Amino acid sequence: MVCGGTGCSGSQGEALLDNLNLELEANALENDIHVVKAGCFGLCSTGPNIKIIPGNVIYTGVKPDDAKEIVSEHIMKGRPVERLLFTDPLTKKKLTTEKELSPFRKQLRLVLRNCGVIDPGNIDDAIAHDAYAALSMALTEMKPADVIKIIKDSGLRGRGGGGFSTGLKWEIAAKNKSDEKYVVCNADEGDPGAFMDRSVLEGDPHAVLEAMAICGYAIKAAKGLIYIRAEYPLAVARLKTAIEQAREYGLLGKDIMGSGFNFDIEIRYGAGAFVCGEETALIHSMEGLRGEPTVKPPFPAESGYRNKPTNVNNVETFACISPIILKGAEWFSSIGTQKSKGTKVFALAGKINNVGLIEVPMGTTLREVVYDIGGGIRNGRKFKAAQTGGPSGGCLTEKHLDTPIDFDNLIEAGSMMGSGGLIVMDEDDCMVSVAKFFLDFTVEESCGKCAPCRIGNKRLYELLDHITKGKGTPADLDRLKNMCLVIKDTSLCGLGQSSPNPVLSTLENFKDEYDSHVTAKKCPAGHCKDLMEYFIISANCVGCTACARVCPVGAITGERKEPHVINPAICIKCGACKEKCKFDAIIIQ
Amino acid sequence: MEKVKLTIDNKPIEIPKGTTINKAARQLGIEIPTLCYMQLHDLNIENKPAGCRICVVEVQDRRNLAPSCATNCEEGMVIKTHSTRVLNARRTVMEFILSDHPKDCLICPKSGNCELQTMAHQLGIREIPGEEIASTSTYRKDTSPSIIRDLDKCILCRRCEMMCNTVQTVGALSAINRGFMATVAPAFEQNLEHSTCTYCGQCVAVCPTGALTEVDHTPDVLRALADPAKTVIVQTAPAVRAALGELFGMEPGTLVTGKMVTALRELGFDYVFDTDFAADLTIMEEGTELLDRLKRHLNGDRSARLPILTSCCPGWVNFFEEYYPDLKDIPSTAKSPQQMFGAIAKTYFADKINVSRKDLVVVSIMPCLAKKYECQREEFSSDGNRDVDFSISTRELAAFIKQANIDLNNLKNGEFDAPLGESTGAGVIFGATGGVIEAACRTAYEIFTGKKLERIDFTELRGLEGVRAATIDFDGLPLNIGIAHGLGNARNLLDEVRSGRSQFHAIEVMACPGGCIGGGGQPLHHGNSEIIKARAAALYNEDRGKPLRKSHQNPFIIKLYEEFLGKPNSEKAHHLLHTKYFDKKKKIIVKQ
Repeated sequence: MVCGGTGCSGSQGEALLDNLNLELEANALENDIHVVKAGCFGLCSTGPNIKIIPGNVIYTGVKPDDAKEIVSEHIMKGRPVERLLFTDPLTKKKLTTEKELSPFRKQLRLVLRNCGVIDPGNIDDAIAHDAYAALSMALTEMKPADVIKIIKDSGLRGRGGGGFSTGLKWEIAAKNKSDEKYVVCNADEGDPGAFMDRSVLEGDPHAVLEAMAICGYAIKAAKGLIYIRAEYPLAVARLKTAIEQAREYGLLGKDIMGSGFNFDIEIRYGAGAFVCGEETALIHSMEGLRGEPTVKPPFPAESGYRNKPTNVNNVETFACISPIILKGAEWFSSIGTQKSKGTKVFALAGKINNVGLIEVPMGTTLREVVYDIGGGIRNGRKFKAAQTGGPSGGCLTEKHLDTPIDFDNLIEAGSMMGSGGLIVMDEDDCMVSVAKFFLDFTVEESCGKCAPCRIGNKRLYELLDHITKGKGTPADLDRLKNMCLVIKDTSLCGLGQSSPNPVLSTLENFKDEYDSHVTAKKCPAGHCKDLMEYFIISANCVGCTACARVCPVGAITGERKEPHVINPAICIKCGACKEKCKFDAIIIQ
Repeated sequence: MEKVKLTIDNKPIEIPKGTTINKAARQLGIEIPTLCYMQLHDLNIENKPAGCRICVVEVQDRRNLAPSCATNCEEGMVIKTHSTRVLNARRTVMEFILSDHPKDCLICPKSGNCELQTMAHQLGIREIPGEEIASTSTYRKDTSPSIIRDLDKCILCRRCEMMCNTVQTVGALSAINRGFMATVAPAFEQNLEHSTCTYCGQCVAVCPTGALTEVDHTPDVLRALADPAKTVIVQTAPAVRAALGELFGMEPGTLVTGKMVTALRELGFDYVFDTDFAADLTIMEEGTELLDRLKRHLNGDRSARLPILTSCCPGWVNFFEEYYPDLKDIPSTAKSPQQMFGAIAKTYFADKINVSRKDLVVVSIMPCLAKKYECQREEFSSDGNRDVDFSISTRELAAFIKQANIDLNNLKNGEFDAPLGESTGAGVIFGATGGVIEAACRTAYEIFTGKKLERIDFTELRGLEGVRAATIDFDGLPLNIGIAHGLGNARNLLDEVRSGRSQFHAIEVMACPGGCIGGGGQPLHHGNSEIIKARAAALYNEDRGKPLRKSHQNPFIIKLYEEFLGKPNSEKAHHLLHTKYFDKKKKIIVKQ
């Protein structure tokens, strides 16, 4: 199995796959051993990764040239290639299998159950791993109302961000009578750095198709639509293949499994607007209109696609459905916390050792995620904060490290689950700049329909920029907060209602950092360039003139063999002097 | 009807389910301010994108503030429209909107009549916090023959888009770009001139700010008046007299025909004429054409296609040239009254007063912006000299009168000049939807049947229904009449014609909802459809008061035919008073 995730594919995973095939052919093993481009393993920082079955031995950081050794040593001689095994970032030990690997130890892979396990291009492989068993069970043994009940009882909540009860959503859509209804899969994953849905679609497309059909059966819809970003070419290709194969096997189309139930699925492409992840905007986009949200009610369950009752669920939500049907509501609700059941997939990123895709039971603490699974902070730095919920989430701090992560706790902590981005920050990160970074994204991605989001977010960004340049005043912080609260309170859709979260939560948790920017005009993290000052320690300076010669703007003066001085009014903070100084005489203040 | 009980600002109310909070509040005497919201109740037009967020209110147990224009009342709701949370949010949002709006009110064409300005004043905004660091979104200015788009002033209320797409189905304007750079523009960011725009001006009529305004030709008119070598004559369209008074503080529906004539004379026009005269002339030509086609059609001549469509509305002409070029031989070939007037003025009248056409300047006062484009069409000029030199709107005329220190209220009534100032009641009602076809019926009936028409008021042709149908008894021949106002309604009738399902013999179309009285050049209605109804009533009143109410009875029209044109649809009449239409379907050309 060669990991086909974005990270691995992007770091020569494809070439590695080709080389493995060539090596096998060269050794006449191509009929005995198959090389499969699998779904994402989740170990993104160490890619390209491969897994060899049987044995489940994982190799990381594999270069295309390593194919030869893997085939000749591991496959032909049964000797593991020691140097390609995963190294635990904390213990520095070499670990061999998924079970041993520290990043997997606290994980529970339910949504990602088949990612990296099956060949996503082969329906037989999926069926061998229980695909369509739940659909068959629903169609033969259950009434639509039974399906809804089991989903309701399971406590499954929407994984797209809002956390609304999935069963309830289905129930409302089922109750609305109409000649036509639609099941829509929201695969418009837009959070920067998030690739949970993409990984599911690339690694286990049948899980989604099957769940959509089950939903169609439950709410009496005959048509499913997958709204997916056109920038996900592999996911699109996998889906297309999966749909064709499912149709061929009679698992989609007319009279599925002879039950009389008809259901088919079409793919619709999004052009990559973040706001189209909002369900009303998504529906308008599918209808060929401008991707803009409209006021709810009416909710899509009453009037959605083509003004017909429409049930919209996110990819990850759908991926939970089949196991719930097969194993029961009780099994699912035994996982997680009181109000948040099951697992959650996170895209772990930032200043953490094991960057990648993880899935943990709801209620896992941030500490477990960061240290046990994530392998701690990179370069031994100190944990400062973790941003959850993507650009519209908030940050969790040290005091939240032991808070169990679930929908409600995150909201209480001033953040949100969102779709599952988790970005870890260390002491070098300036929280004002972090807020500005996320605002930059929402400013770009606002559709522009409502004034507070269109203009307010721009004003937030400008004010944050002003502050990071050392031009802010304490009064600006009050204005900043008021703007945030009003934007949240008045915006039309979830985008604007949550876009100020990064600002509010950093203001709440790192007020001293903001204060420092506006009063002392200093950036404690040493990140904001405009607030830095280069300074020569006279005691260390020998007057070699190297710094003065390299300074591009002539900001450094001083007699030869006498301590030099930097004129801050002229200095452009390029750092050339500091780089040149051999006596550690130049520091940043 | 199911009712719900709720309280708004501690006042209980019981109201039909489905009523918005805003409307419910109004019934309690609570005016929640709105900005993007607009409705023309009697015309079934409503714009509620819930985009400006000015009208937000606090609903108990709801997480966020709710837009009152787009949130329906529900049982047990407890609503506060002026809590400090609401007031602070409303003010902050208004500050946001103003922070991205130019502050050049001094020279803005909408100054004094701008809904944004009014709202800023109403909310007591005296400064815009953080203005010094606020960037503004900009877009290139676009000037077309009729309309100027100054998108820096656009507040994304989307009223123009609703008018252009939903009501008119023209599809020239829609939202483009994202976020802070979002604005409203034609497809592929073309200029309006290269879009499907018909210049109906309904976007201008509803724009709350100075983002969409008319091209002002008053300076051209002033220069002509100031030139001693020029003889400057003016024609005034019927709908103008029913609306001009509004801009001088008079009640909607006040007729100011006589005062308007005096004002125009005081402004220095050498002759003050009436487009109504040309409307009567239009009836002679169009009515004759209708009867001719009808008779041929009844006699089995397949080349005589029915229904005949009226052609006096230039926005409508632009619309079918763009969207129905395959039907371009169906509309009457009669020119619009504005252009008939111009053609007669620059021939018959110029000869009469012995002035060469190049020294005769014809100005029209129109309720319309498409007329500005119409008078610039190539086929309406002779050797580069236009039949109608300049067209200015009702709004521009009002501003011009004010610039000249003339108070319309205090003027004595004047009389139009002869010979192009005499008109019948039939010409007057051209300004309201249904009026043209009613006027045509009055004349066509008498010519067709040879009998006197006893019942002059065809009330069945009047009203504000978007599409109306009536059958008029032409002495045993049932004549099926269709009427549409608003281009979306016209599209419905045209689709029927195209598919051969239309049962009508004649169809009147006006591009603007309500007809010319609701034209793009009229005083702004600010979402009050009562104003449009009052203007219509005024025109029908003027018609009733006229001694002559049928176009063919106009003595000056009779004289014009005797002295100059011969008879309706004569060769000369054809040359001067008829036109042809073109296929103007826009082609998208992508530059290589």
